[in-house]
Amino acid sequence: MKRRDFLYLSGLTAGAGLIGPAKLLAAEDLLQPADLALKKRLADIALNAATSKGASYVDVRIGRYLNQSINTREKRVDNIANTESYGMGIRVIANGSWGFASTDNMTPDSIAKTAALAVQIAKFNAPLLEEPLKLAPQKGYGQVSWKTPILQNAFDVPLKDKVDLLLQANDIALQSGVNFVNSSLFCINEQKYFASTEGSYIDQDIHRIWPTFTVTKIEAGSGKFQTRNALSSPMGMGYEYLIPDKKEEIDGIFKLYRNRYDILADMRLASAQVAEKIKARPVEPGKYDLILDPTNLFLTIHESVGHPTELDRVLGYEANYAGTSFLTLDKWKAGNFKFGSEIVHFKGDKTQKGSLGAVGYDDEGVQCGEWDIIKNGVLVNYQVTRDQAHMLGLNASQGCSYADNWKNFQFQRMPNVSLQPNKEGLKVADMIKNTEKGIYMFGRNSYSIDQQRYNFQFSGQLAFEIKNGQIAGLVKDAAYQANTQEFWNACSAIAGEQDYRLGGSFFDGKGQPGQVSAVSHGCSTTKFKGVSIINTGRNI
Amino acid sequence: MAILNKAQAEQLLKKVLAFSKADECEINLSGSEGGNIRYARNAVSTSGGISRSSLVVSSAYGKKLGVATINEFDDASLEKVVRRSEELAKLAPENPEFMSFLGPQQYKESATYVPATAAIDPKLRADAVATSLKIAKENKLTAAGFMENSAGFSAMMNSHGLFAYNTITSVDFNVTLRTEDGKGSGYASKSYNDVSKLNVDTLTKIAASKAAGSAAAKALEPGKYTVILEPAASVVLLENLFFAMDARQADEGRSFLSKPGGKTKLGEKLVDDKVTIYSDPQHPEMPTSTWSGDGRPQERMNWINKGVVENLYFSRYWANKKNAKPIPSPDGIIMEGTDASLEDLIKGTEKGILVTRLWYIRSVDPQTLLLTGLTRDGTFYIENGKIKHPVKNFRFNESPVIMLNNLDALGKPERCVSGESGLSALIPPMRIRDFTFSSLSDAV
Repeated sequence: MKRRDFLYLSGLTAGAGLIGPAKLLAAEDLLQPADLALKKRLADIALNAATSKGASYVDVRIGRYLNQSINTREKRVDNIANTESYGMGIRVIANGSWGFASTDNMTPDSIAKTAALAVQIAKFNAPLLEEPLKLAPQKGYGQVSWKTPILQNAFDVPLKDKVDLLLQANDIALQSGVNFVNSSLFCINEQKYFASTEGSYIDQDIHRIWPTFTVTKIEAGSGKFQTRNALSSPMGMGYEYLIPDKKEEIDGIFKLYRNRYDILADMRLASAQVAEKIKARPVEPGKYDLILDPTNLFLTIHESVGHPTELDRVLGYEANYAGTSFLTLDKWKAGNFKFGSEIVHFKGDKTQKGSLGAVGYDDEGVQCGEWDIIKNGVLVNYQVTRDQAHMLGLNASQGCSYADNWKNFQFQRMPNVSLQPNKEGLKVADMIKNTEKGIYMFGRNSYSIDQQRYNFQFSGQLAFEIKNGQIAGLVKDAAYQANTQEFWNACSAIAGEQDYRLGGSFFDGKGQPGQVSAVSHGCSTTKFKGVSIINTGRNI
Repeated sequence: MAILNKAQAEQLLKKVLAFSKADECEINLSGSEGGNIRYARNAVSTSGGISRSSLVVSSAYGKKLGVATINEFDDASLEKVVRRSEELAKLAPENPEFMSFLGPQQYKESATYVPATAAIDPKLRADAVATSLKIAKENKLTAAGFMENSAGFSAMMNSHGLFAYNTITSVDFNVTLRTEDGKGSGYASKSYNDVSKLNVDTLTKIAASKAAGSAAAKALEPGKYTVILEPAASVVLLENLFFAMDARQADEGRSFLSKPGGKTKLGEKLVDDKVTIYSDPQHPEMPTSTWSGDGRPQERMNWINKGVVENLYFSRYWANKKNAKPIPSPDGIIMEGTDASLEDLIKGTEKGILVTRLWYIRSVDPQTLLLTGLTRDGTFYIENGKIKHPVKNFRFNESPVIMLNNLDALGKPERCVSGESGLSALIPPMRIRDFTFSSLSDAV
């Protein structure tokens, strides 16, 4: 493949609407981080300007958000986009209320005006508060830095190599007889600088990557079609995620991937499996023991455990959009609310290596750590930011503040929330052997849950039937429906650490105006007794 | 960036274009100023002001395209961005699907900019929230809501003489009120170009009435029911049908509009003949831009006419390949209705369920357009033409194609906004037979 080092218009002509594209720039420019001294100088202008207008607390985030996306289909590249978004968000407390303003005009005059606007907004809003804000104490760290521990910066890899890999994968699919194949690679670099009136100047360089694809097969006679998506995960890693490593492979009923991904092998497998999906028999609805691979379970964890333990939802801050939570404070205070069975242990963290949530410090300057959320099946904690900590009687934030861009207000976002593996090293093969009537599901597909996180419905990329301890082939049109508490109390077995993997969401939406965040969920293959499976096949 | 007027935008774009040495060059310019306020637990929570701008330069040599962007506007930066896009174009492989930029186009004036909306300031937003909070507190309810406004411009110019310019304002308001015991919840939302149409007081009172009325919900067995969907509920289903009306997907055999053997349902009856869906940028109730982002004019267009699929949207490349009109996808959907009110529809219902909002809609099967999701913020049982009592929320599994074949009656269209995508629409309340609810939810 030659001369693919190009940049192509990607949705850039959405000129008539207001939501413009992020700034696009040449790949070579992505590698130049802004000068640290300059960032400190700009931050100090904002801190001083807001303080002089009457702010009692100020924090400043200077962000340079670099994204590269490569999209291909069949034998050609659809588009490559390198985007940059650079600017400053200033958050203040004045008269006990939050105020915020942001700008991409980084002149001293513009920064001072933006700081003044933030203070003005806080003062207008203060009379509408029931009580003034209370921030958990936070020491200033001085000038510190943190970087995702990557082995190879994806932005250093020549565009040609990335394009070649995707097109090579596409060729495998086309040679296997699929009708269509789309593949994509997303590379993210957040260069974030945080400064506050408490004396922190935190510089962070955060990297994420996500390779993915979809193959489509159409049955000639009937016109029925099926798809199979990649079983990769978005990761908090560099390009090394795309360099296969046998040590990171798991020998299940087919090959699965831990911290390295073999896109060519997965494409080969997907092309065969999508043909099998066309021929698969429709699932018989009813109760089954459900075995979920981490490629599917991560999203169920995200929706049914991650979101309902967000304290802002519990308190009602998201009531108008994302919703509230069934895990109300009385259930936490009781100290015995059985969220799940004894073996269910969830930890929150922002530190797991390779995870999407891993950072050194959150977006309000709090150093990140790890804590229990569900222990022995009982709800023991939530996810909090500085202005929420006092509501749980905590004297420090857990570091769960995040904003997806310099232009948006930072607020409580989900850390990694992960299911702890079985300490005795239970094997997946034994789990299957001990299942009489089951469904074994892989990969994310359709997902939907109510606004208090009781009732959910999920499907997968692949659903195998298990009969009398044996895999009995693929079924189609299978989705599982359950109530969150009943589902986690039906959790009967969790595989050991050897099977533990991270799955993740690159675009988790929350807040108004809407923001996305990236978060991982670790787990091993897990079994749930007697879950309701529905058949989603229809005719129109 | 300040909002440039037409002459200022044209002048800036000409200046950028003058630097071009490529075979073809096209430039998109946009900028906006806006603000927002959010409240919850009967108090303001977060709010802010946002200012942004963007200049995008696309240069082409033959079928090789390069794109670069900048948000600095001094002469040196403008020349730099043009040179960079040209360098990238020279590096690019030929794209067989590249279409030469359009020549001059005729656009109708759009009515999307309202000065009063552009003049919204932090005080107006705070005052609106104070109004909403007062109603909540008087009714012993807990409010959470959001208001956002924006004013901006978009312009484009290319080396074939195309020039387009538009200004747009928007204001969005939505609010949820909940009873203190958490057993009742009500919602209201609107999005307008013109802030004078926004009535925060009325909307908050609608949400308050639904909150109080939805407490003490009773459980009904899941199954097939006659439902009345308020516009805010049906828009999130209809938009999924609308977003999937792409010609290429249909021609390629991977759409609900595909038929075996490479054929499609274009020109065929798809749904009940009471269904007519169109778009019109000049509609007085819902003005949208008169040009699309690649410079194609947006015109009034029938999508489904009396149940028949009349048009699909095409990329310029696909239209050229298929010898079809390159119809762009529009910014808003309009569905025809009748003069009947929502109350009239309820009066004519023997047994049914009134659904006021749907939530977390996801595609289950693109072949049948089967969607799943849940009811939310006020669901009511109707018997003998009257609302009898609130009911617990349901999960549904339903296809809008099946739903629009089971269409029983339509009411008067009203402006609504999708709680899922933010799409604006003018849609009537509708009564549907045999809508499939598959399980109950404990959520309020």
